[in-house]
This record gives sequence, C-alpha cells and structure tokens, in this order.
Amino acid sequence: MKYEAPKSIDEALELLESEPDSCVFAGATDIIPQMRSGRPEPKLMIDLKCIPEMVQIACENKVWTIGAAVPAVLIAGDSALKSDFPGLAESAGLIGSDQIQNRASLGGNVCNASPAADTVPALIVNNAHAVIASKGGMRTLPVALIATGPGSTSLNAGEFIVAFRIEQPLPHSADAYLRFIPRTEMDIAVVGAAARITMDKAGNCTDAVIALGAVAPTAVRVTAAEDALRGNPIDEDTLTKIMAAARAACNPIDDKRGSKEYRTQVAGVLAKRVVIEAADRARK
Amino acid sequence: MTDINAVSNTPNSYKWVGTRPVRHDGLEKVNGHARFAADLSLPRMLSGHVLRSPFAHARIISIDTKEAEAMPGVKAVITSADFPEPHRKDYVSLNLMARDKVFYEGQAVAAVAAGTKRQAKAAAEKIVVQYQELPHVLSIDEAMAEDAPLLHENLITKGVEPVPGKASNIPSRTLFERGDLDAGFKEADVVFEQEFTTKVVHQGYIEPHAVVADTSSDDRSVIWCSSQGHFMIRAKTAAMLGWEPSQLKVIPAEIGGGFGGKTTIYLEPLAAKLSQKAKRPVKIVMSRDEVFRATGPTPGTKLRIKLGAKKNGKIVAGKAWLAYENGAYPGIWGMLGAMCLFAPYDIPNFYVEAFEVVVNKPVNIAYRAPSAPMAAFATETVVDQIARELKLDPIELRLINAVEEGSRKPDGPKYGPIGFKETLEAIRNHPNYSIPLGPNQGRGIASGYWFNIGESSSATVHLTEDGTAIVVTGSPDIGGSRASMALMAAEELGIDVKLVQPRVADTDSIGFTDVTEGSRTTFATGMAVVGACRQLIDELRKRAAMMWEVDIDEVEWMDGNALHTVNKHAPLALAEITKSAKKTGGPLTTTHSLEARGAGAAFSTQMCDLEVDPETGAVTILRYTTAQDAGTAIHPGYVEGQFQGGVAQGIGWALNEEYVHNAEGVMENPGFLDYRIPVASDLPMIETIIVEVPNPKHPYGVRGVGEVGIVPPIPAVANAIHDATGLRMRRLPMSPMTILAGLNQKNGSA
Repeated sequence: MKYEAPKSIDEALELLESEPDSCVFAGATDIIPQMRSGRPEPKLMIDLKCIPEMVQIACENKVWTIGAAVPAVLIAGDSALKSDFPGLAESAGLIGSDQIQNRASLGGNVCNASPAADTVPALIVNNAHAVIASKGGMRTLPVALIATGPGSTSLNAGEFIVAFRIEQPLPHSADAYLRFIPRTEMDIAVVGAAARITMDKAGNCTDAVIALGAVAPTAVRVTAAEDALRGNPIDEDTLTKIMAAARAACNPIDDKRGSKEYRTQVAGVLAKRVVIEAADRARK
Repeated sequence: MTDINAVSNTPNSYKWVGTRPVRHDGLEKVNGHARFAADLSLPRMLSGHVLRSPFAHARIISIDTKEAEAMPGVKAVITSADFPEPHRKDYVSLNLMARDKVFYEGQAVAAVAAGTKRQAKAAAEKIVVQYQELPHVLSIDEAMAEDAPLLHENLITKGVEPVPGKASNIPSRTLFERGDLDAGFKEADVVFEQEFTTKVVHQGYIEPHAVVADTSSDDRSVIWCSSQGHFMIRAKTAAMLGWEPSQLKVIPAEIGGGFGGKTTIYLEPLAAKLSQKAKRPVKIVMSRDEVFRATGPTPGTKLRIKLGAKKNGKIVAGKAWLAYENGAYPGIWGMLGAMCLFAPYDIPNFYVEAFEVVVNKPVNIAYRAPSAPMAAFATETVVDQIARELKLDPIELRLINAVEEGSRKPDGPKYGPIGFKETLEAIRNHPNYSIPLGPNQGRGIASGYWFNIGESSSATVHLTEDGTAIVVTGSPDIGGSRASMALMAAEELGIDVKLVQPRVADTDSIGFTDVTEGSRTTFATGMAVVGACRQLIDELRKRAAMMWEVDIDEVEWMDGNALHTVNKHAPLALAEITKSAKKTGGPLTTTHSLEARGAGAAFSTQMCDLEVDPETGAVTILRYTTAQDAGTAIHPGYVEGQFQGGVAQGIGWALNEEYVHNAEGVMENPGFLDYRIPVASDLPMIETIIVEVPNPKHPYGVRGVGEVGIVPPIPAVANAIHDATGLRMRRLPMSPMTILAGLNQKNGSA
C-alpha cells in the first residue's frame, strides 16, 4: 500500500486517475478501523489534508465554504460558524471523542455514508451543497443526494468532495441537532434529528426543515412534519403531529444498537425536542 | 517480636498507615515510562498470530498447515499436535488450543510465528481447517433442555443423587440448606418469588493480553507478560507444555487492568512453543476483538429466588434456584453465587441449589467478586420489594436481618468481626440519604458481600547501603498494592515511606506467591511484608547490640532508630547500622513466606440516585454513595479508588454491557463501540465512605477491598429505577430499550 499527500486538487485528481484501486481520505477515522476489521486495503491512499482549500473555513458574500477535510474540532469551535449554525457545530462536536474530532471531517462523515452520520442531518437541514472535483471540472450537489445507501454514494470514480457550501441563515431562523446514544459520548447515533426552524414575530413557524439519521438506509427529510409546522405555532397539537410524522418517516434496521420499534419511537421524541430547541434559538 | 499476628500499636498512633502518598509507580504510569508486555522488543523477535474458530461448535476433521508454512516470513506453525495430551480435567490447557472439537467462536485452533504481524496473519489465513459443524447451545435454557446438544459427551452431573445415568451440559450442582424451609415459609406474612436473568459481561480491562516468550534449546523459557500472578502463569504454562514449573521464568510486566480476568493464561504456552520451534523470541498481542471472543468473561445467569418475611421485617425463609453459565468447560461460578446469595442476612431457613452449565461461549473466568453481583441482583431486589410491601425503610429492613460477628455464612463458617451493619448505618446517616428527589427520579439501596481469601505470599526486605528499604514481593500491582506494601513497611521500620521502594520480582527472584484474587494482596502479601520487616527489626537490634557491645535485650527499635534502653548510648539510625553492616555480619536481608489465614469478609452498602427519561428510557446517574468496610484503610486514596472502580463497573454492567451473540453463536459486538463500558461522563463523582472494623487476623486490621464494591450496584440501580418509574427490572442490561419497553407496557401504549 502506498501513501501520497498531494498539495493541490489537480495533483490529487491525477493520483486518483493513476491508480484505479485507490482511496482518498481526510482523518481516516472510519477507514483505518474498517481495514482493521477486514476491509480490503487499497493500493494507494491519498491524504487530502495537505490541500489548502480543503482545510479552510470561510464566509464570503453570505455563503459559508467549509473545506471537506477541516477537522470536526474546528467546526465545533468556530464561533462565527457556530453562531450561524449552532446545530451543525453541535453535530460535529458529537462525533466520537476529542481525539477523533481532531481528525474526523465533514467530507469523511458524508462519504462514509453511514446512516447514523451525525453531521449529515445537520447539513441537510441547512441545505448544504457539496462541491465535487473531477478531471472534468467542478460540480455541486445537495448533501442529501450524496449517500445512496449504507456505505455507498453517488460520487463517480475519480471524484471527491472538496468543500461544502451553505448560505447564511435568514433572521429569526436557527438550527439544532440532537442524537440519542445509550452513553453520553463515544458512541454512534441510535437516532439523530436535525431541524432548521424560521419563526415570524407572532410566534408562528414560517419555514421548517427536519431530517432524521439512523432510522433509514440514508438520512431522511420529514416533509410531513415540515408541512405541519409551516404557518403554525409550535404548540402541543403541532408537536404531536411532528412526532407522528417523524415516526412514519422511519424505516430502520433492527440491530444490536437499537430495535426497529425503539428507533421509531425515539425518532418521534427527538424530532419534537429538536424542533423545540431550534425554535427557541430562532426566537432569540 | 516476629509474631506477625501481633497487632501494631493502636490505630491512632500510626504514622504512615492511613496516609495518602502518591503511588511509587504513579509518575511512570503518567509519563509513559511504565513498561507493559506489549512494549517489549527483543533482538530477532518474531510476531505471532492465533487462528481462531469461526464456529460456535464444530468437529475438527483435519488441519493442514503446509501452505501456511511456505508463506513469506513464516518460522513456525503450531496446533494442538505440538502439545502433550492434557489431563482430562486440565480445562485451561484444553481450552487454549482446540483438539478434536471447537467449543466456541474464537477458540484457538493454530498459531503462526513470522517476521511481522502481517506475515503471521496472512499465513494463518492459509491454514486449512476442515470443520464439521455441530448444533450449539448459547443459553442456560437451551443447554439444560432435556434433548440439548452436548458439548462434552461424558459429562455427568456431580452433586446429584442418584448419579445421573446420562451425560448433560450440567457439570455440577451445589446445595446449601439450613433449618426447615416449609415451616419457615408458613411463618412468613409476605412471600415474593421472582426470576432474574443476566447476560455475559467482560471485565473490560484496557490492556489486551500480550506476551513475549524466549525459549532456549535446553527447553527453558523466559516469559514476559502482564497478569494477576506470574507464579500462576508459570504453573499453568508448564502444565500445558508438559514441563516442570522450574523450566520457566516469568517476568511480570506492568498490568493495565485485570479485575479477575488475568488470573489465567491464554497466549503464554503458545508463544513459548512457537519460540521453541522457531528458535527465536516470539511476541503475541491480542486485538480487542480477540480479547472479547477468546478470553474469559463472567457468566450469564438465570436465577429464581423466593423470600418470606414476617410483618416485623424478619426474613424467615429463602429458597433459590441458580444456574450460571460456565462457557465451554466446567467452572465453579454457580457455587460461588450460592455462597454469596444470602450471605448478608441471617435467614433461619433456606434452601439454595446452584447449577453449573456449559454453553458454546468463551470459558468464564473471575470478574471482581465473581458470581456475587448477579446473586445480589436477585436477593437485593426482592429485599427491596419486601421493604416496600411492609412499608419499612430499606436500611431498617436490612439492619433487622443483617449478619454480625458469630452469624453463620450459608456455606457454614462463622463470621468474625464484620462491618456490615456499620455500612448500613453509614449510608443512613449520610446527608445524601435525605436529599429530596424530583420527578422521574428514584433512589435505590443495595448491599453486597464477598468472602475474600488469604493464600500463599512471600516478601523479601533488603536494606541498601544508603539505608533504603527495598520491599520485594511476588504480587503484581493491580490496584496500588505497592503503595500499601511501602506504607506497612514504613510503619513497621519507622522510616519515611519515601525511603521504601516496593518492587515486584520475577518467579526466580522471590518466593512462591499465589495469584492476586479474592482481594488478598494487601491482606496476605501485606502480612508477609510485615513479617519480613519484623525479622529485619530483630536483625537491626542485633547489629546495634553488636556495635554497642551490649545485650540485644537492652535494644529497642523505635521510629527508625535503635534505642539503648539503659540510655548509655545515643540512638543509632537505620542508615548508620546499614553503613556498618560489613562489620556486624554482612548484608541486612530478611524473607518471610506464609499461607495467610483469616481473611475478613467484606460488605458494602450503596445508594444510587438516578433519573429516568420517560420518553427514551435513558438513565442518568445523579448521585452515587458507597460505604464499605475496609478493616483498616492502609492507603485511603487507593481504597476509595477500589470502591469507585467496583461501582463504575457495576453501573456499566447494570445499564448497558452485554455480549450479543447472533443465532450462529458469533459475537456481534466485540469492541468498545458496541460493548458499552461507561465513559467518564456517564458517571457522577462516586462518593465514598470508608468504614473501618479491623480484621483481628491482620496486624493492621486489613480486610480485602478490591471486589465487594461491584456487588451492590446492579440492584441499587434496579431499585432506584423502580423508585423512579414503578418498573421492576429483572433482566440485564437495564438499557434504554428495555426500560422504554417496560414503560410502554405499563402505560398501555406502544
């Protein structure tokens, strides 16, 4: 196995083309444990952390650009980013442990395509787009369209994500992310829930985006809950509808981390709680 | 003077015992200088890898190692054919390398030594093993069923009359009884009968097993490894190799946690045999996955218990049926459960029968008060139920029934002085006992017992030219025992604890010492240290008498000095005597070996405050208070550490830990991601109360403190969950999923 650390996107694309059995990585916090438990080792591993634009966070013309290899610790700790997207920052700050967050990245979290990835629901509710590089040039794709199932993505051979773009939120709008794990940290979401809520002055919700993780082969939008919220106050009645809609959106697996019934029931609870949290933030 | 049973001074006059110096190995552990077995590297050393069974139960038809032997870098391949046929009851040797059958997924089948770990692993994958799969049993119910597939075709249950005519998966039955059970239950005003089940859990020590073995051409081997007792490693490794123990020298490395799990061997004979064949040193280090699949966890159980009490709270009758998994080979876990189940209470009429059950899972080994936590889960839950029914304070009910000095244990012997009631009173008097609780919060009380043991220990003390006391023992330091040894030596010799250097020596350099188990080290090895120090004081008095040219009877030892009782001579400090040692008879060294008797029983009472999230079933531990009898706390800081460690592990066991096996008998969660031991943020600071009722059989009153702390947490958590939610939890783990399912059922919704 060979290791390369290209200094530019072009150089990385060249390397990727030069060896069909290759693999790009940032923190490698998923790939190395996977290889230790039997995933075949590629002939070439391409480290993207030395490409400057992939490890930068910037905000220009009301659009945030977050390098795909930026370590989670910097996303969780960037106060300007956190003030615009507290939920996304929270999701990055929940991955693994402090040591893992020093390496783990958004690009890796998205491309590992785990249904339980913490940052994916948070990226989806913020309508984040991935900037994808290939020999043919750059294209962008909503994060919701990257993962196609557990461990698989819509990226073509020879492509990789360079950065994520997210527009700054409107006033009176905020996001939040909650997850359930049996421990308090160092665990994988049994259910994850993200919401972006926009409120008007009367206390009604004008817009809502809700996404759940770990309850289906990929993260899912809960459009029925969004519909129930739009134009309505966040009261008992709305929250009951959100819980029911979230549960109806679930298509989880039954495994050692949680039964179907449990994941479905808790998805409703977390959807309710995350909406309350995001709405509270939006009112401020 | 050398009577080591003489009680040292009065507790109030101790200068060193009861103080909290930093442990002697502390700095090295923090700065990374401490050497663990996996850190060792020898010239020309090879890496070993073990091939393990993919099946829970299968016959081995053939093993072909030819292709593996031809792989790059391979220097040796071994199978069971390389070892002598073990004695039919040598379950350790039988377990370590499968012979005609594999009994669980993960059992060793062959091993390879090669230039690198990758080469060894690649070669192991080329070993062709032909298996014939056999039906397996994974639970007590499956294994005890009338027509169950058998693990061992000749296993006849012991302890049953008449002797069964056919084989089963039940190696033995243990029975303890007292009084008249029927009369007892007739007398009772309230009777509760409940069934409990618990899952297999692992000790979860952070350091995986590791070994380096260097076997020479004259069939002698030097072994470096971490364990709870290197003399045990020597004996068991020799047995499997068919050698005499004296052919082996075992050098103890620092240990990264054991909790009972390192009271046996796994890799040592394999490494020694590979080294013998390859004629080079061999190192084998387990992965975490191998630790879970192939080393001994503690049993899963099924327990039925019935208790009857009178209106005044007196428990008058108890009946229990216990079944403990043993893993693939017979063990003693059911018997230990039966010894502990009713031990805290003076019950006039009882009948306890316990069954050992073999199943197609890894062979069980000790885990901190082995078998007692499951037994306490059953007893303490039903005791809580009785207290609620009778509207008695749970501590009051326990005080009414608590054993005291002179009470008999279920297995017969009488208790000496014990501090059980004192632990109950300590909790009742603690301010936490009256903190008001909020909604969804609950408080649970539970007690626990562990018997503790003595066994063989040795100690040598030698004084250096500069007046330092090197205290050498054969007990690996698992929980701060070096600090305890140093404190007792400092107290005896009357010197600053900084002038004592506690050491752990290899099997050639110190007298035989049993494995660290049964919370015995500070008790038994401590007695050996005290004995060696008292001999040394006699020798120091003799030397001072020679220097002064007076009779030894005129010399006393006090505060590190020889005193002349008739005051003719000025006191002689220890360092002055060692400096002139050459003139008075040579080096000052003493050794003391003993078989320690009179380990005092240990009791703990604990209080758990928690909150249950009614929508997710998640439990948050709010406060946790533990009171335990230490006899005398030699180093209170490390005594508290033992209390807290036991509680932390018990809470993990209660809430989340379990082996998950699929239908094929393959473990699905062999890693710390899905085998959930608690992380630091899962627990509050565990508040400790050290109760001290001295054990008269130890010169400082020590009773073992390492184990009993893990006994009460499971029922304390379960009783607190009941207090918070009204749910009686009788199945482990009490995970969010189980609790939410219980709440759904209670609320009549899904």
